[in-house]
Amino acid sequence: MLRYIGKRLLLGILVLFGTSILIFFIARVVPGDVANIALGSRATDAAKEAFREELYLNDILPVQYIKWLGDILHGDFGNSFITKRAIATDVKQFFPATAELVLMSGMFIVIGAFSLGILAGRHKNTWIDGLIRVLSYVGIAIPAFVMAILLLILSSRFFPSIPVLGRLSTSITPPTNITGLYIIDGLITGNFVAAGNAFVHLLLPSLALAIGPIVQEGRVLRSSLVDNSSKEYMAVSTGHGLPTNVLINKYLLKPSAAAMITVMGMDFASLLGNAFLVERIFNWPGLSRYGINAMLNKDLNAICAVVLVIAVTFFMVNLIVDLVLSKLDPRMRIGG
Amino acid sequence: MEDKKKKVIISPSTKENIKIYFYKFRQNKLSIAGLILVLVSLFFAVAATWIVPYPEHIGAYVDYANAGLEPGADHIFGTDVMGRDVFSRVIYSFRGALIMSVVVLAISVPIGTFLGLLAGYYHGTVIDSIIMRITDVFLSVPALILALSIASILKPNMMNSMLAVTIMWWPWYCRLVYGQASSISEEYFVKSAELVGASKSHILLREILPNCLSPILTKMALDVGWVILMGASLSFVGLGEQPPTPGFGTMISDGAKYIPDMWWMTIFPALGVAFMILGFNFFGDGIRDMFDKGGH
Repeated sequence: MLRYIGKRLLLGILVLFGTSILIFFIARVVPGDVANIALGSRATDAAKEAFREELYLNDILPVQYIKWLGDILHGDFGNSFITKRAIATDVKQFFPATAELVLMSGMFIVIGAFSLGILAGRHKNTWIDGLIRVLSYVGIAIPAFVMAILLLILSSRFFPSIPVLGRLSTSITPPTNITGLYIIDGLITGNFVAAGNAFVHLLLPSLALAIGPIVQEGRVLRSSLVDNSSKEYMAVSTGHGLPTNVLINKYLLKPSAAAMITVMGMDFASLLGNAFLVERIFNWPGLSRYGINAMLNKDLNAICAVVLVIAVTFFMVNLIVDLVLSKLDPRMRIGG
Repeated sequence: MEDKKKKVIISPSTKENIKIYFYKFRQNKLSIAGLILVLVSLFFAVAATWIVPYPEHIGAYVDYANAGLEPGADHIFGTDVMGRDVFSRVIYSFRGALIMSVVVLAISVPIGTFLGLLAGYYHGTVIDSIIMRITDVFLSVPALILALSIASILKPNMMNSMLAVTIMWWPWYCRLVYGQASSISEEYFVKSAELVGASKSHILLREILPNCLSPILTKMALDVGWVILMGASLSFVGLGEQPPTPGFGTMISDGAKYIPDMWWMTIFPALGVAFMILGFNFFGDGIRDMFDKGGH
């Protein structure tokens, strides 16, 4: 098991180096004169020269890359072209908000997909199953950013009291910073008002991200439940007279969940991507909104930082998914 | 009679086989629904400028007297803040979405397929490692995020958004074909082709490639919807079609500024995207069933 994790980590680090080369290439080679983008074409030559010195632009490309990577490995992502702030500080400030949003959607997805999948599997070929099937088509057809806007429209019609923008109402002071996740910080420090307010603010954006995956992955679970329930071991267990709940939860769910969890791992990429648009719509002060603003302002250093942080996050989540899968299915441990 | 039977087995494109394929395709009612949605989308895309009620509203047209009208008899989807007919603009957006997916797939599929064939055939060699590690790198960041980065660094227009999506799309085909090709290259018919001295290009393109076609075609049919979604996401933040040209993403983001009062500015373009994505998904599922060896 440890060897497997070690191998995965090593390969992952290799790929992440590749990712850094790719994003470096995109940010340094593609756009032409970086100094012009950062400072505008009317900046003085002296200012441009100083800027080139700061970004090592006078060196040849491979040397530029090595120096750039060296800085990043020391935690220095350079300064923002726009605000001149250190990007590392920005990332630290904005990352928790995105983490909170993604964790919350992840929780919704896991709970929702399991419930829908089991519900549809237990009532297969009834109207419940049919309804869930139709919902899954709706989930495919409506992109997350459209879902976000639909939720905004619906909530303003029917639940005008649900706050829709930002992480906290302006009247509420954020809880003491421990993890950076407002809900958890609020609960730890006993500041339940802030925790509750943060939760309500999280509701719509995390649902916008979660609804699509919930219905689609629920369908995945449903079909593997139906496939597995016709296997012989299930007939034997049923013949032994095991109660339905034990049968489903203990014997059927474990082998059936693997397919859905694999899909969840793959869908996590689009969840992170969609967060870029959803955070923008809900004005959610997270890393993704920071990233999309950086992109629209051609803030090259910030783009590199955000892409790298996302790549690392994505890699970690995939590692966790693989570990969960190998826990569920011992064959994975040998095969990997 | 003998000859005819043999022909069926050798060539997959005989009349009988097409009949079998179409029989499998129409077994599922959803595939037929998908086909209809796809055909309607194609019709909208091709004929947009002739069938819409207000062709001049597609461009930079302003009529403040009729701005913000609710859906009604004259404008079935209402009008936007500039007084333009939303229905005409939604129908026209089908064209951009379809052009985008055709261009993206036409470029990225051959590239990905070719690289996947190479890596799969030279399984376990340096060529394999280099190609597949590069593929891993492209797949290590969510496609939308890298496409946004690329499109934002370039000049914001339709061309560059297509380029950005294309750069992110080939790795999927590379990985798909790689898996197929590396197992097929172990088969006896490939080994015997090698033995009789067939050229590498013959083995790759005439022996291995035809056996990878059905998963490639299935993925292409399913991918049209995803490319449209990606294109709409890019143009939603202003990195796609530039105004006044209508596109699903730009119309949705314009409309979002006026919700909930002028909901029709957002809902109808959103329905347009949903129409296309759903259509190509059902159609793609049908294609998959069609190539499915077991099943029905």
